[in-house]
Amino acid sequence: MSDYNFAYLDEQTKRMIRRAILKGLAIPGYQVPFASREMPMPYGWGTGGVQVSAAIMTPQDVFKVIDQGADDTTNAVSIRRFFERTAGVSTTETTTEATVIQTRHRIPEQALTEDQILVYQVPIPEPLRFLEPSEVETRKMHALEDYGLMHVKLYEDISAHGAIATAYAYPVKVEDRYVMDPSPIPKFDNPKLSMPAIQLFGAGREQRIYALPPYTQVVSLDFEDYPFEATKANHSCGLCGSTDSYLDELIVDDAGGRMFMCSDTDFCSARRAKGHTGTSGAPFQEEAV
Amino acid sequence: MEASSLAGGFADPSQESARAFRGIMRAMSCPGSICDITGATPPAPLSVAAGSVLVTLCDHDTGVHLAGRTDTQVVRDWITFQTGAPLVEAEMAQFVLGCWEDLNLTVLATGSPEYPDRSATVIVEMPALEATGHTLVGPGIKDTAQLNLPDLAALQNNAALFPLGLDFMFTCSGQIAALPRTTKVS
Repeated sequence: MSDYNFAYLDEQTKRMIRRAILKGLAIPGYQVPFASREMPMPYGWGTGGVQVSAAIMTPQDVFKVIDQGADDTTNAVSIRRFFERTAGVSTTETTTEATVIQTRHRIPEQALTEDQILVYQVPIPEPLRFLEPSEVETRKMHALEDYGLMHVKLYEDISAHGAIATAYAYPVKVEDRYVMDPSPIPKFDNPKLSMPAIQLFGAGREQRIYALPPYTQVVSLDFEDYPFEATKANHSCGLCGSTDSYLDELIVDDAGGRMFMCSDTDFCSARRAKGHTGTSGAPFQEEAV
Repeated sequence: MEASSLAGGFADPSQESARAFRGIMRAMSCPGSICDITGATPPAPLSVAAGSVLVTLCDHDTGVHLAGRTDTQVVRDWITFQTGAPLVEAEMAQFVLGCWEDLNLTVLATGSPEYPDRSATVIVEMPALEATGHTLVGPGIKDTAQLNLPDLAALQNNAALFPLGLDFMFTCSGQIAALPRTTKVS
């Protein structure tokens, strides 16, 4: 650990990121430019989230990382180890024990508290980017609050598919001002964006930081006659039987057999530990140590 | 430069600035909440909190403006040695420090429509911080919060500029509270 400065980044970089975070919190939903650094991992692996986590972390923090809800994927494991080594913080897979949670594309099922901070890894922070490729233009659109194009996009969804087909990275309006990309979380998670925890969004390649203070008003864009719907697969978890958590679909054999299971691995294993069992799940057993 | 300028920074910069920043971030994300922030021991008349904010957030990239009573040679030397921040006119400053009576808010940068983040952060030295007095509503506040504010009309005008505007930090001894431009006060 002594080979690196605390939490890897040098102090000047952290000050620069911290100033961007504070302006982001002061202007919820606005993307603050920052001088993103090269990190010892490729862009697309969460360099924005890692830089934000490094800038806010204290030695006393308990750190959790999830990738699509799972604690045990390569991305989550390597980022957790990165901070174990460079910051010496303790890590956990239990949502309730964590003080800082870095996430790729999910919000934990367990409701977060005021004492927790959720850090998102963001690939494309600009919600208007696929509609307008020019940064000069999108910046002007945000300045003028000109979001008609986004509504046209949602309308075209309805005219082509009969419903708003956007299933993830579903655009939201923050405090009735800025349209924001909530990162590619499933729209099932959108209603949770107004929460007691601080939410910070870091996009490393695109060099943007944005934020939502606790209890910020976040509204998913929709139409009166086509209201926003937080959808999920219409099944229950095969392992824990949960009917209200977000589910992943797994192909389990060559004959088209499939099962659904919770995307949030901590939520699922906690339920199984309490004795809940789904249709495909074996009863919970303590792991042999 | 006096020898006193060389003392009073963070003893362990990386860890103390991390803890100080969490205090600042908590204050800024939950307007009205009064948080502890310590670590630096700046020369008078600066409070521990104001000094800790400066050494946590300021460096050669950030112009600092000292207003009124805080603009002494001892304070200038301390900021220069501890942070390397250039001391600039109020119009150019990213961070402005002073007592409320000494501040001229009208000249400070409030950002542009394209870049509302290019606005000044004002550190206001307060005689006391109490969770009573004016009522705060806005992002970061569950229902309402209470805080003793130095002036209502000026802060209401600032909130009306949203998404432009100034962001305030109120400091007193080892404590900090904040009022971003989004908070509506009454």
